[in-house]
Amino acid sequence: MRALDLDFMIGLVPILLGYLPLTLFMAAVAMVCALILGCLLAMERVARIPVLDLFVKLYISFFRGTPLLVQLFLFYYGLPQVMPFLTGMTGVQAAIIGLTLHFSAYMAESIRAAIVGVDRSQWEAGEAVGMTRNQLMGRIILPQAARVAAPTLVNYFIDMIKSTSLAFTLGVTEMMGATQKEAASAFLYFEAFIVVAVIYWIIVEALSFVQRRIEVSLNKAFTR
Amino acid sequence: MIRLTGLTKRFGANTVLDGIDLSIAEGDRVVVIGPSGTGKSTLLRCINFLDRPEAGVIRVGDLEVDAGRATRAQVLGLRRRTAFVFQNYALFANKTARQNITEALITVQKRPRAEAEARADAILAETGLTEKADSYPAALSGGQQQRVGIGRAMALEADLMLFDEPTSALDPEWVGEVLDLMRRVAERRQTMLIVTHEMQFAREIADRVIFMEGGRIVEEGPPAQIFEAARDPRTRAFLRRVTG
Repeated sequence: MRALDLDFMIGLVPILLGYLPLTLFMAAVAMVCALILGCLLAMERVARIPVLDLFVKLYISFFRGTPLLVQLFLFYYGLPQVMPFLTGMTGVQAAIIGLTLHFSAYMAESIRAAIVGVDRSQWEAGEAVGMTRNQLMGRIILPQAARVAAPTLVNYFIDMIKSTSLAFTLGVTEMMGATQKEAASAFLYFEAFIVVAVIYWIIVEALSFVQRRIEVSLNKAFTR
Repeated sequence: MIRLTGLTKRFGANTVLDGIDLSIAEGDRVVVIGPSGTGKSTLLRCINFLDRPEAGVIRVGDLEVDAGRATRAQVLGLRRRTAFVFQNYALFANKTARQNITEALITVQKRPRAEAEARADAILAETGLTEKADSYPAALSGGQQQRVGIGRAMALEADLMLFDEPTSALDPEWVGEVLDLMRRVAERRQTMLIVTHEMQFAREIADRVIFMEGGRIVEEGPPAQIFEAARDPRTRAFLRRVTG
């Protein structure tokens, strides 16, 4: 086994961190979009609107049932062939859309389970004081469901940050793409991928810390 | 003025309310007694459509609703003219005691926040819960939770307050404080319809007692008459069982 090229590894860190904002940007935008879409899908699944429910079920089944990489290729390389107006789509846009659709399907299921788990008395109390369905949902049910769903949703966000690395297969130079280039030009693959792995690892650990803080604050109302 | 005409509720093949007719004058305090499973709670829950009645007419204040084809707006109208106190308290778990009271004042009645909070503080003082204003339900005893539940209902200034066995889920040590609070509500001549197993309390505060069995009103009258000179053998048998 040869010695590691430490100088290369240390020099690589600032280069890769330069691409961190793009990675976080894709993950953050996709997270917000996926959360909103996931909430809407979940509320539909709870309300079971005729016909629409079939489409929502199909949507969730498709995006959970196929690999993210296949979905990204389908959007970026496939769709523009049949829908020419999509030709101008950039790799970053395709990655954000792909991540959004993929993770919204998972989030919808977690949020739905959390909504259904809220005690029936909470619905009845809101109905009894004359709240509309939307008021009841927004002010009583969703906040309580959020507490149940939060840990899972943060896990999806963590998963999403790691999944942004797949954007490099769409020609986006984000952290993973940059690593690939640096590794190839110096011919130091082991060093390069170890460095990028550690960077992802540290980000995820930092988020796990935030996750625990969020849980504590969301549980405030429910502990003595 | 509250009037129910032919109120009917079925769960599958089981008729739980079999054409209930009932009028309550403004300011009257009416207590419903009877064996369990005879539709007392369902009667209350049908008035504000927590359970949907199949037929009958419900009149609360200026709103008359044909239960068989009530619109969403009419259901909301009935709910906004009534207040409901639950057996299991059903406080909003994500809201403090004060927020439980202000919630509907702000979102449903559209009152300014400051006014709602002033009203909540007055009610918390009255119910002896000023110190618990910022506590969440999980940190309150059963008795405290139910007092907040009653406070939340009082704040609405509804035409009719419905109490669904408000002390049945309480540990015995908390029953007294909840009944005391209900007495104070009753003293203001708030129109109340109460389902309870507290016979002594019923006797004290009721203008009228209704005995229900098998989804029907068997007998009704002033407490003295029902408790001491009931005409129907079923009423007498029930009272013998519960008063021993």
